[in-house]
Amino acid sequence: MKKTNNFKIKKDSPSYQLKSGSPRLWLIKAGLAQMLKGGVIMDVVNVEQAKIAEAAGACAVMALERVPADIRAAGGVARMADPGLIIAIMKAVSIPVMAKCRIGHFVEAQILEAIEVDYIDESEVLTPADEEAHINKTNFQVPFVCGCRNLGEALRRINEGAAMIRTKGEAGTGNVVEAVRHQKALTREIKNLQKLPLLACQKVAKAMRVPLALVLTVKKFGRLPVVNFAAGGIATPADAALMMQLGSDGVFVGSGIFKSKNPAKTARAIVAAVTHYDNAKMLSKVSANLGEPMVGQDVRAISEPEKLSARGI
Amino acid sequence: MFMSGIKNITIGILALQGDFFEHAQVLRNLGVKNKYIKTADDLKNINGLIIPGGESTVMARLLKLTGLDKKIVFLAKRGLPIWGTCAGLILLSNRVRGGNFRPLRLLPISVNRNSYGRQINSFSEPLVVPVLGQKSMYAVYIRAPQITNTNKNVIVLARRLNKQAVAVQYQNILGTAFHPELTADSRFHGYFLALVRKNAS
Repeated sequence: MKKTNNFKIKKDSPSYQLKSGSPRLWLIKAGLAQMLKGGVIMDVVNVEQAKIAEAAGACAVMALERVPADIRAAGGVARMADPGLIIAIMKAVSIPVMAKCRIGHFVEAQILEAIEVDYIDESEVLTPADEEAHINKTNFQVPFVCGCRNLGEALRRINEGAAMIRTKGEAGTGNVVEAVRHQKALTREIKNLQKLPLLACQKVAKAMRVPLALVLTVKKFGRLPVVNFAAGGIATPADAALMMQLGSDGVFVGSGIFKSKNPAKTARAIVAAVTHYDNAKMLSKVSANLGEPMVGQDVRAISEPEKLSARGI
Repeated sequence: MFMSGIKNITIGILALQGDFFEHAQVLRNLGVKNKYIKTADDLKNINGLIIPGGESTVMARLLKLTGLDKKIVFLAKRGLPIWGTCAGLILLSNRVRGGNFRPLRLLPISVNRNSYGRQINSFSEPLVVPVLGQKSMYAVYIRAPQITNTNKNVIVLARRLNKQAVAVQYQNILGTAFHPELTADSRFHGYFLALVRKNAS
């Protein structure tokens, strides 16, 4: 095919062009995340749950062996799910299927790419395989999503090639407080950045260990250069709408759906809540008569070393 | 194209799920008023409607939930110009393979969802759309649908090199399998706006 020079990234789109990666590949990787916006990505552990999630209006599913609440309860080492299980789920639904690999475990990521999952979550919910480095995600054709607690973590992950960001929250707790903390930290740090003079930005970039260009992109557009979802502890339609009002582009729900009394109904309600997040009347309608949500956990009762969000910073 | 005409129209963008913000950005750059559509009431006072990219299964559910589906079909039959990109094209079509929902049936074509494969098979390539001139545009296909069959009254606006139709028009309904909203080339939005202005005048 003849090469053309017509390819241009939108000037007002904060898409970050990596120096080492192809901007066209980046557009495809970050582009899928843009298609997921305003949607709910649901954790599922088997084919039946995946079908329930799809029918309820999930924009993607996360194929796992155990939901975070059970990973937390089980202890031990949590690893990538069995590829056989992920493939079965991919065959069962028509929406994108994501899967998690351990932080720094690039071979798990290679396996997930080989079975053609649509997105890889390099996730702190699994036990980290490398305590020093994350995966170099620019080497992959499949896009990655990564968790963050603040702007520095987010930009480091984007610089490593993450095409989508999510808050870490505190997975498996059914407690939204950490997700709120992380989303607000992001917003606050971006606002502060916008007030800073250029010279100070250099210091910020150095402290965050990311290129100045990336910091300046955030300063210019007033937001992350990729799609940013909320995750970690979202259990009710109101939680989901709260995260949307705080500025998230969409929501991951882990244990919140299949640990509730009525998963299908809860799933449908959270989907509607993310779309109509600023419509309290609609929220009250979808929140009614859902039955027991998942059991919540006080995050302060979790000791620092047991916090999943402290992994992979 | 008269600039004065552009200011007076409002384009609705279906904002249930997907990349509605990217469409709004393009329209804003073109100086065109736009508003997000989430409920049937929002459809008042619009001159055209864009159904963005996203997950068609999700949008189909939410369209039904709020009664937007019936209202959109009603307005389309009365001539409202509607443009669907990717998932939007799927929702507008007559028949969908690979999806468990009933589309709006406003565009007499058959589509096959995700038929290029999974995300790893998503791609972008230059595409010549003759009505927009000989200069090619950059077409981005993300888990894109394929148009497998078109009614003889459907105008094919663009084909890939393998002759496959990827942009189609049937009267006031426009559909593209790719995402013009993701690139800096706003000519396709311009084409839709011309359709809207013609209809409004």
